[in-house]
Amino acid sequence: MPERPQSDRTMIEINGVTRSYGAIKALDDASLSIREGEFFSLLGPSGCGKTTLLRMIAGFDNPTSGSISVGGQPMEGIAPNRRPTNMVFQSYAIFPHLNVEQNVAYGLKRLKLQGAEEKRRVEEALAQVSLTGLGKRGATELSGGQRQRVALARALVMRPKVLLLDEPLSALDKKLREQMQVELRRLQQAVGITFVLVTHDQYEALAMSDRIAVMFGGKIAQVASPKEIYQRPVNRQVADFLGGMNFVKAEVVEENAASLVVDTLGFGRIKTDKPKAFARNGGGATLGIRPERLRVLWDNATAKFEVAGKVVERHYFGEITHLIVEIPGLEKPLSVTETNDFGADDIPVGAPIRLAYDPEALVAMAD
Amino acid sequence: MSGRRRVLSGGWLSAYAFLYIVFLYLPVIFLPIFSVNVAATPKFPLTGFTLQWYQDLPRTPALLDAAWNSLVVGVSASVLATVLGILAARSITRYRYPGRRAISGLIMAPLVLPEVIVAISMLLVMLQLGLSLSLFTVVLGHVLVCIPYSMTVLTSGFEGFDRSLEEASADLGESAFGTFRRVTLPMVAPAIISSLLVCFTISLDEFIIAFFLTGTEATLPIYIWGQLRFASKLPGVLALGTLLLVASFLLMTVAEILRRRAARRTQNEGGLYA
Repeated sequence: MPERPQSDRTMIEINGVTRSYGAIKALDDASLSIREGEFFSLLGPSGCGKTTLLRMIAGFDNPTSGSISVGGQPMEGIAPNRRPTNMVFQSYAIFPHLNVEQNVAYGLKRLKLQGAEEKRRVEEALAQVSLTGLGKRGATELSGGQRQRVALARALVMRPKVLLLDEPLSALDKKLREQMQVELRRLQQAVGITFVLVTHDQYEALAMSDRIAVMFGGKIAQVASPKEIYQRPVNRQVADFLGGMNFVKAEVVEENAASLVVDTLGFGRIKTDKPKAFARNGGGATLGIRPERLRVLWDNATAKFEVAGKVVERHYFGEITHLIVEIPGLEKPLSVTETNDFGADDIPVGAPIRLAYDPEALVAMAD
Repeated sequence: MSGRRRVLSGGWLSAYAFLYIVFLYLPVIFLPIFSVNVAATPKFPLTGFTLQWYQDLPRTPALLDAAWNSLVVGVSASVLATVLGILAARSITRYRYPGRRAISGLIMAPLVLPEVIVAISMLLVMLQLGLSLSLFTVVLGHVLVCIPYSMTVLTSGFEGFDRSLEEASADLGESAFGTFRRVTLPMVAPAIISSLLVCFTISLDEFIIAFFLTGTEATLPIYIWGQLRFASKLPGVLALGTLLLVASFLLMTVAEILRRRAARRTQNEGGLYA
């Protein structure tokens, strides 16, 4: 399926929103702009404020200060039942006393549609989530995955401007979760509705989103595409949250508006893009390289950029092997993940090893 | 607790369980047996089968009055206790506030207070308030003893009521009243009916408080108590007792079925709740 072209129009505008509970700030001066038709994820550990933000968009909570608008309309003072948003709850919140059809038609009752029109929209929504034929099934007779689909259909049938999803996949087992990630993305592309997803699962966010906002402690740390978030995290916290990262201490040799030249003990002199939030720590800086961007050099192969060291640990993970490699001069050993097609799973612990890298993969970041 | 259940070898445990049940229910079994016996004195051997004692019941005006009084008291007390129980159970299951557990404990206390003491205290209070004893004072007394039961039943029905159900309803455009009508009420209705039935049954069978707080109007248990003075009236009492027993048993069974249904509903069944 071709990617849906992105609109430039703003759907959700979050402007300096703070939410305090007494002395605690669940959300601290967050500003964000989400585009129409975008699949946007709020990613962060529990307690980072992502759910608070989502609930404020839905209207279940109100900002202590700042403003939220949806579709150009300020949301202040507008109750949840009058907002152009619909939500898929973490617990799904399927009405247990109603069957699938009645659940999906719940919100349509208020719209006073003709009987046939209502039925058509329910059928259409059930088809969108592949539940055709299960309309008469009781809410208590559904599996976890089916409940999730009912919750989705019940929200989609309202044709909202924005669909809010609160950790919708966290209750599913791994296999179903991965399948639903693909389906959710496909569904979003098909209906073209703006999706805002809250998740603590970085892979989920990376796999589904057009853009991600990474949040820590009530603040938005970085907003960017999945690729940029993963490859160019602005700080160590973001880097760490999105998977393994080797941190390398460096000495700044030269600094200008867009780039940095640094000296490292293991990797020598590197020229790298300067991150926006880069703060010079005296003469020092931190570089990071993902474990899969270090490749094992076999036999006599050479690379333009390489480091040599010794394998100190080896962990087998089926399709990949995880090596811990000590490099002379580096204070911490490097993590390396290598696919197993050339026998990385047979490299003996204690063996000398050479690793190739692309200097582009070494990114400078704020601490 | 170890999760494994061991199967006891030998029949000792089953024998014990059997005796236990016999001890509990044997006296109760005598009631229906003697109520269809021809002889007026409850003695073995039985002298023959008759339904005469049952047929006599509707021909006793005092009994019909007592039955009507019990019905009035039972309905009033169960409705009042259930309304108060709903408020208490909702507050206890929905909100967190200091003293919540203490309050819940205090509401449950009448369950374990000696009933005679409760009855005497209530009598004193009623008289101090200048209320003359009547069925109304009995209703007040019964509300007090019913609330713990009502709250237990309703708490189990409300507990785990997923608040996001009400939020989902609002999210789908429904007003606060519409949400109450279309989501909250249908979900807790079984628990409410169950509470009404339990309270009615308790009130129907309650003797001590009714005895202390009633004026000249007798409820069924008080009527039975009065009849016990006359040996010749005993078979009628046994017949009436049997009917009360059956009615209580049926009401409690229905109430328990409804309570379980309500509890199952609100527990957001089947779904993993992360």
